[in-house]
Amino acid sequence: MSPVTAAATQAYQAPAGGGGFPRLLPPAGQGTDLRAHLGLHGPVPYRGSAGALIADVRAAGLTGRGGAAFPVHRKLEAVAAARAGRAIVVGNAAEGEPASHKDEALLFLAPHLVLDGLQLAAEAVGAGRAVLYVRGDLRARARLNDYLPERDAHGLDRLPVEIVWSPNRFLAGEESALASRVSGGPAVPRFTPPRVFERGVDGRPTLVQNVETLAHLALIARYGPGWFRSLGTPDEPGTMLCTLRQASGSVDVAEAAIGTPLATLLDLSAAGAVLVGGYHGAWLPAAHAAGLTLSNAQLRPAGAFTGAGVLAALPAGRCGLIESARVARYLALESAGQCGPCRNGLPSIAGAMAELAGPDPHPRVLDDLSRWAGLVEGRGACHHPDGTVRFLRSALGVFGPEIGLHQQGRCSAATGRPFLPVPAGPSTEADWS
Amino acid sequence: MPAKLSVNPIACTGHGMCAELLPELIQADEWGYPLISGQPVPVRLLKQAKRAVTDCPALALRLASQK
Repeated sequence: MSPVTAAATQAYQAPAGGGGFPRLLPPAGQGTDLRAHLGLHGPVPYRGSAGALIADVRAAGLTGRGGAAFPVHRKLEAVAAARAGRAIVVGNAAEGEPASHKDEALLFLAPHLVLDGLQLAAEAVGAGRAVLYVRGDLRARARLNDYLPERDAHGLDRLPVEIVWSPNRFLAGEESALASRVSGGPAVPRFTPPRVFERGVDGRPTLVQNVETLAHLALIARYGPGWFRSLGTPDEPGTMLCTLRQASGSVDVAEAAIGTPLATLLDLSAAGAVLVGGYHGAWLPAAHAAGLTLSNAQLRPAGAFTGAGVLAALPAGRCGLIESARVARYLALESAGQCGPCRNGLPSIAGAMAELAGPDPHPRVLDDLSRWAGLVEGRGACHHPDGTVRFLRSALGVFGPEIGLHQQGRCSAATGRPFLPVPAGPSTEADWS
Repeated sequence: MPAKLSVNPIACTGHGMCAELLPELIQADEWGYPLISGQPVPVRLLKQAKRAVTDCPALALRLASQK
């Protein structure tokens, strides 16, 4: 696992006990076990009735931290409308994004906040079943199995928690893929509607929340919406976990208030470009990123978004086209292969990107890329083609000068060593469970 | 009531029947999968659109009233 630090980018006066900064990751030197968790945050603050927490979550303005930033209270309300005991709550730690380690870090360092949040979300929607969906190859795996009996011994969990292991696939955490996997099927997306909150696991209304979202929810239940809003921006309150890949190659998971300057989180002095939001995200020139903050209000107009908090500073002296071509190939291999345009278009796009990343690319390759991007966009059951196209178009824009070099048979890469992480082994079509 | 065509992309196998039956609104892309006009189906084409829906070998094409 990556080393984990907290970037204390903003001072905050903590109330007695927990609630200081960083909020999610325990303070340096603090243990991560149940005793330390109970000492810092106390027991699970159940409200005694379904729905009681939802107003606080709405007032807090909590949005999903899995990438889509969807308002959490709206999902809670939708699932709470189901008959009591019928709904299912799933904490999502599939973390299929190779460049993200924040869910892994959170499960390692603050597992009990996540498990508290799972119970509180279950109470809020009146769920009869609670599931933790976790990538099967995470280091936290061995420890997770020990936490549940320990919590039982303390009488913390009202619903027993089932753990379902997810395959290490990019799309494994997509909501409908998750619902399929937890129902016993392969972790591949399905065509919606019905949405997962209407008919998800075993056809039941299913609340899926990223594990970081659940940890924030567990803190809001304790310290209140006013406390939650004391960091972040009025429109995007709170903090978020980020995976920071520095130009030096070091990787950290840090918690940052939304609105923190990107230049505070990343050392941009040695960077040529910044990848924001992961492999469905967008490249920005480093000089542009240096003037922006970690917020959708500032990133969206630049064509990017906070996503699940992946920030990677590509060092100068690396070729963004080579990097993007490797990622495009990975994304093509990660297509579930269910929808024709994605199954055909993504390999075509990846091949064209590889051509562009090499010397003297065929003159037609940019036209091909543009046409294929238009042909796959919006034509999948899930957003995989759309996210891939977003990544691709930003690469073509930001690395335009590099394209010019390649057309002259040159390349700015000082090293052929890959920078962005892409899983080594080729994925196989059968490997979805 | 105006109706729109849509396709379930997972069910669609790219047979191409719909593009043959309703070239005014559906074109096959270079891989044989339907590119569907986002416009409401004009009344004069409704009968053909319904036929395209019922004749789709994969039952992937839908005609739904707009909300």
